[in-house]
Amino acid sequence: MQIHKYDTVIVGAGGAGMRAAIEATKRSRTAVLTKLYPTRSHTGAAQGGMAAALANVEEDNWEWHTFDTVKGGDYLVDQDAAEILAKEAIDSVLDLEKMGLPFNRTPDGTIDQRRFGGHSRNHGEAPVRRSCYAADRTGHMILQTLYQNCVKEGVEFFNEFYVLDQLITEVDGVKKSAGVVAYELATGEIHIFQAKAVIYASGGCGKFFKVTSNAHTLTGDGQAAVYRRGLPLEDMEFFQFHPTGIWRMGILLTEGARGEGGILRNKDGERFMEKYAPVMKDLASRDVVSRSIYTEIREGRGCGPEGDHVYLDLTHLPPEQLDAKLPDITEFARTYLGIEPYTDPIPIQPTAHYAMGGIPTNVEGEVLADNTTVVPGLYAAGEVACVSVHGANRLGTNSLLDINVFGRRAGIAAAEYSAKADFVELPENPAELVVKQVEQLRESTGNERVAELRRELQETMDANVMVFRTEQTIKTAVEKIAELRARYKNVAIQDKGKRFNTDLLEAIELGNLLDLAEVMAVSALARKESRGGHYREDFPNRDDVNFMRHTMAYREVDADGSESIRLDYKPVVQTRYQPMERKY
Amino acid sequence: MSTAATLDKPSSAPEGAKGTASPYITVTFRIRRFNPEVSDESTWQDFQVEIDPKERVLDGLHKIKWDMDGSLTFRRSCAHGICGSDAMRINGRNRLACKTLIKDLNPDKPITVEPIKGLTVLKDLVVDMEPFFQAYRDVMPFLITKGNEPTRERRQSAADRERFDDTTKCILCAACTSSCPVFWNDGQYFGPAAIVNAHRFIFDSRDEAGEQRLEILNDKDGVWRCRTTFNCTEACPRGIEITKAIQEVKRALITRRF
Repeated sequence: MQIHKYDTVIVGAGGAGMRAAIEATKRSRTAVLTKLYPTRSHTGAAQGGMAAALANVEEDNWEWHTFDTVKGGDYLVDQDAAEILAKEAIDSVLDLEKMGLPFNRTPDGTIDQRRFGGHSRNHGEAPVRRSCYAADRTGHMILQTLYQNCVKEGVEFFNEFYVLDQLITEVDGVKKSAGVVAYELATGEIHIFQAKAVIYASGGCGKFFKVTSNAHTLTGDGQAAVYRRGLPLEDMEFFQFHPTGIWRMGILLTEGARGEGGILRNKDGERFMEKYAPVMKDLASRDVVSRSIYTEIREGRGCGPEGDHVYLDLTHLPPEQLDAKLPDITEFARTYLGIEPYTDPIPIQPTAHYAMGGIPTNVEGEVLADNTTVVPGLYAAGEVACVSVHGANRLGTNSLLDINVFGRRAGIAAAEYSAKADFVELPENPAELVVKQVEQLRESTGNERVAELRRELQETMDANVMVFRTEQTIKTAVEKIAELRARYKNVAIQDKGKRFNTDLLEAIELGNLLDLAEVMAVSALARKESRGGHYREDFPNRDDVNFMRHTMAYREVDADGSESIRLDYKPVVQTRYQPMERKY
Repeated sequence: MSTAATLDKPSSAPEGAKGTASPYITVTFRIRRFNPEVSDESTWQDFQVEIDPKERVLDGLHKIKWDMDGSLTFRRSCAHGICGSDAMRINGRNRLACKTLIKDLNPDKPITVEPIKGLTVLKDLVVDMEPFFQAYRDVMPFLITKGNEPTRERRQSAADRERFDDTTKCILCAACTSSCPVFWNDGQYFGPAAIVNAHRFIFDSRDEAGEQRLEILNDKDGVWRCRTTFNCTEACPRGIEITKAIQEVKRALITRRF
């Protein structure tokens, strides 16, 4: 077992991790541990753009952006954080341009901007062009640009190192981060990274759904690592279903397609969003559009022999515009569906896309141990974290923004902390949990298979805690997850080797997904209201009296070793905006 | 060696298929296996897989890994051609497993799957990517500018932006570099992907280090090693005109205009 010592350790090398690394490397001795090569991260799959009120093409300002973010999140957004997000958006985009990002340009040579869901002029009057973009591969360009700048800054990467445990040491009654334990995929070796500061930037957990835009590797590893150590997870019941995934496959087709003028149609060819969102129409917020699509499907106006999807219609847009602005998604339609988007509408359905909830942090990226107490030396940014700037529903283009604004902030804060802090002593036998976990899986002779349990998990999640939920469906999911967790103890793998044991890795990832799915379902069961991405048919209205508050879920372990989830709540920070009814 | 299919039903049967004739066919996947913990030799292994021809080669590999042989090892992540993890040699051609549909191969014959060539195989379809990324890092793949930074964005005309658009699409999957006969014979050659990424900056109107990058590529292991076989262009899953980009770099070296 190797022990490494760094001032700052960053877990994950997507947008948030690399943005943090660029800052942290300049200020402290930094290591980035990533289970994938950095350019494989799912930031690269983001398409449509990054919001910032640059006002390059029409009047706009950060206050309008703040309002849209708060309203989009159905008022569960912490408004102080949303204001930082919208204000710092402008410099964040300009920073990326200076780092080399090839944005699309206006005729004047400035960064071009386009419309996106939920982004409006003057508090909802009409759509506004706020999304800064590079064709429909903005995430790819961000990921490449950040990696390029990591190469420039000499960032030290540990590629295919999989962080499995968060080390915490109590010093004078205060829980402090001491480092992490990682598994080296190439060799099967376990490494201890002692660090003054640790930043989690390990992304989302969408793989507990079946139809999802998420990569196979998005299994909530960071959330699970801190949750198992007794730290809370915030607002996990809020998951975003992106309206336009490729039918059955879930591959993302950017909202930018509707920003460019694309229209959603039912089997009668009707532009149904006019009924549900008279002003913003197809560019209403994602939760609203996804519910509208499923309402059309449930009421018998879905397309195809099964009536189980609707169409994204781009056929009225000039082919030159599709080629210039939406080259990748039109190619996806050709490759995976055999459809020519110039002439035929694309079958789509909502796809599980983004976790609004995650590891609670303050606006400096510091992780919270409860509603107010910071864990010294522990930070999180990006989809793994919950600041909360997205509240109950994230606006499109605000996630590429989030990773840049809060990745940068966490990188600076962590490096400044490690510059003045001392190393915290490692707990006794720091690798114990991971060694046990790995040995157990490798030696298990149980009769359960990882793939089967994961399939059953994904099916129950899709059936019971997707766009529409009721007490009955959520309870069904909770019971099923409990069953799967029990069966997981009996899971066995076939590959017993040390080198590149992805069989073992998938088993560990499944354990993480099961833990997080349970937190999600239990949090959703307790929230007896509908808000943003969490829609309860048995409680169809938002209930600000009882539920204008963040959920905080804690793992409790009794003396006899039995586990349970304790729910607590945290107040929402409100500054400028009073909750209003949400209409688009 | 052959492993019989043990699937009771296909793992990801689309629900829409019920009530209609089964779209599933049985296809032989012939996979190059190598596990140095077991043997120094690599072998071919056949798997019979029930699969919808509209599914991807990656779906077939997953069916094998998840339901037949958990030790089959390959890299993958996004599964739709963006992350660049799963470049493989499929039926003798470099492609991404997640962008190759069964129906576009001949399902009557075995589908052969091998690791990409020219990089050390570590296990099954997993190769050592380090030399590939080292060549990438060597061309200084980042924007270099002089003088003070402007307060707002640097201006760039749409035409200047278009000039290097093609080479910004690279996902560093190594399909091009590992299809290049020069790279197979001599690992010292930078390879197409590194040149593509140098091109992306040399022809970016904002960049001021084109001369330096050209000097790096003027090296004996640089662009002049390219024999214009077009393998790279054919292999690129992003449709980048790689050979053209390499020719543009060669021309810039002669004319010093870019």
